[in-house]
Amino acid sequence: MGILEVKGVNKRFGGLQALGDVNLSVKENSVHAIIGPNGAGKSTLLNCLVGKLIPDTGSVMFDGQSVLGRAPYEINQMGISRVFQTPEIFGELSVMENMMIPCFAKRDGAFEMNAIGSVLSQKDIIVKAEEMLKDMNMADKRHMNAASLSRGDKRRLEIGMCLSQEPRLLLLDEPTAGMARADTNNTIDLLKQISDERDITIAIIEHDMHVVFSLADRITVLAQGTPLVEDEPQNIRGNPKVREAYLGESG
Amino acid sequence: MLGMNKNDTTMLLLVAALTMLAPFILNPFPTDSGLAQFNAGYPDLMQRFVIFGIFAIGFNILFGLTGYLSFGHAAFLGVGSYSAVWMFKLLAMNVIPAILLSVVMAGVFALLIGYVSLRRSGIYFSILTLAFAQMSFNLAYSVLTPITNGETGLQLSLDDPRVLGVSQTADGSIPVTNLFGLEMRSTFEMVVGPWAFQFNAGYYLCALILLAVFYLSIRIFRSPFGLMLKAVKSNQQRMNYTGLNTRPYTLAAFVISGMYAGLAGGLLASMDPLAGAERMQWTASGEVVLMTILGGAGTLIGPVLGAGFIKYFENIFSKINESVLHSWFGALPDGLEDLLVTMVYPFVGKGWHMTLGILFVLVVVFLPGGLVEGGQRVTAWIRSKKAGGNKPTSTTEPAE
Repeated sequence: MGILEVKGVNKRFGGLQALGDVNLSVKENSVHAIIGPNGAGKSTLLNCLVGKLIPDTGSVMFDGQSVLGRAPYEINQMGISRVFQTPEIFGELSVMENMMIPCFAKRDGAFEMNAIGSVLSQKDIIVKAEEMLKDMNMADKRHMNAASLSRGDKRRLEIGMCLSQEPRLLLLDEPTAGMARADTNNTIDLLKQISDERDITIAIIEHDMHVVFSLADRITVLAQGTPLVEDEPQNIRGNPKVREAYLGESG
Repeated sequence: MLGMNKNDTTMLLLVAALTMLAPFILNPFPTDSGLAQFNAGYPDLMQRFVIFGIFAIGFNILFGLTGYLSFGHAAFLGVGSYSAVWMFKLLAMNVIPAILLSVVMAGVFALLIGYVSLRRSGIYFSILTLAFAQMSFNLAYSVLTPITNGETGLQLSLDDPRVLGVSQTADGSIPVTNLFGLEMRSTFEMVVGPWAFQFNAGYYLCALILLAVFYLSIRIFRSPFGLMLKAVKSNQQRMNYTGLNTRPYTLAAFVISGMYAGLAGGLLASMDPLAGAERMQWTASGEVVLMTILGGAGTLIGPVLGAGFIKYFENIFSKINESVLHSWFGALPDGLEDLLVTMVYPFVGKGWHMTLGILFVLVVVFLPGGLVEGGQRVTAWIRSKKAGGNKPTSTTEPAE
């Protein structure tokens, strides 16, 4: 029994069957990659996991509880954090403030009315945010405006923000899309380190085979909205069905 | 001091000095000089400065922090005024219960309107708030006449059933609003040579309340709640995926700013106990938007400056009529005098809106951070001059 269990999920947009009978089981503390050609339904599947979309049929269970029908913030509070394809951070706020917000969300829950005390008096939050910035090698950038960070740093910040919530499952949507090779390798190293050092499950949607084969313990190949194969990386490489559907075109 | 950092303390002290010394600051010209008409230091106008300052400070908590642009905040101002006048009619002429009821009633209305309007964001939210405010205005004007007295407006009368107080004074007139006996209209005049400075009890009550709510707004800006509101403005998607429910945050901000508006409405009625539906009209809602943007949305002191600026224009510029212009340009040859008067006339007097409009366009285009940004640029320029002509290196940011 995995920490995330997807069973018989269907999602239809008008005449398009985006997801057809998807079954997926993500084991606790593993790195699970979901790959597939464009339009295979990877993003639709991800959106069904975080509450942005509700599947037509099927079930999505996280740690024994259904996530269906819950708002994104409720699913996040259950322990699922999401990293977006384009980094979603608070651009107008400082790096430090960006890091403090998820710390507040972890400590105080979805809503807390603390309108009188100063942010600066929240010592535990400040300590935690500073530690996380140190872990992300961003301590020297704490006063910078988040919007002025480089693409790679924005990605690091977003991952750090997700981690400071101590999630049990971290979902990444093409985390290296549009990155230079050096930034991509840095991100791979960071994710490896996170997976080794922390008690965390990682599910990653990715286009870049280099990233997938460097990180994943297990790979699910999606094609036309249906899982084609699920296996370990070395078996995926040689699988003729996968070659035909996906790797065939890119080598 | 008081849990604030140095900059915020300085700003609060600055506002305190400005409001406490306003009777001097706003009366720079001797009463018999030609420039006396630019004096704004009379009680009625000074009260307006601070009351609309309170209104704008509250509006800024919603608009400046969360970015939700309400086009219906005048509704809460109106609700506050009506509540206060009813309190004067039914309970007592003391302003404290009236102001308290104004704040509470405006809060209740804001909760209802906010709960519905905040289901949408962006332009749809603005339109919803505008619709609710116009609904309130029209109801006050027509159907709710028994409560609001329709287009005449709600006023005190000689047979009000005042529970704690008298319906009429001994000489058969309507009693006046007071704070435990201190009449709001009582004014002490200090004559120094050719100057006359007026110190009005009502003004000082409003000014003290402004200081209190300005301090409260500083605390809100610096609190975890304020940080969350800024995060709402910056990226709602990230908020939702960080386990934060944006709805109660925005609703709380909406209710708080509605209560500020109600407080302003209650104070207006406390200074002059009448309330009319036009206080709720969309132009009044638009005015507070102008004040906030002109002063600098999202900055602490901006809305206060914007409110003062607009109210000064409305009351001083509008008084310059043709004969005043003729007296200014009287020394010039006749043809030139008439030409200048004709050219200037559309921008003053009844045309003051035109000048305000042009200024607003200039500010929005060249100083997107409002008057506060203008002030920052000037200080940066002076500093760079002092430092030996170096160009300012820092970028302008809204001061908070």
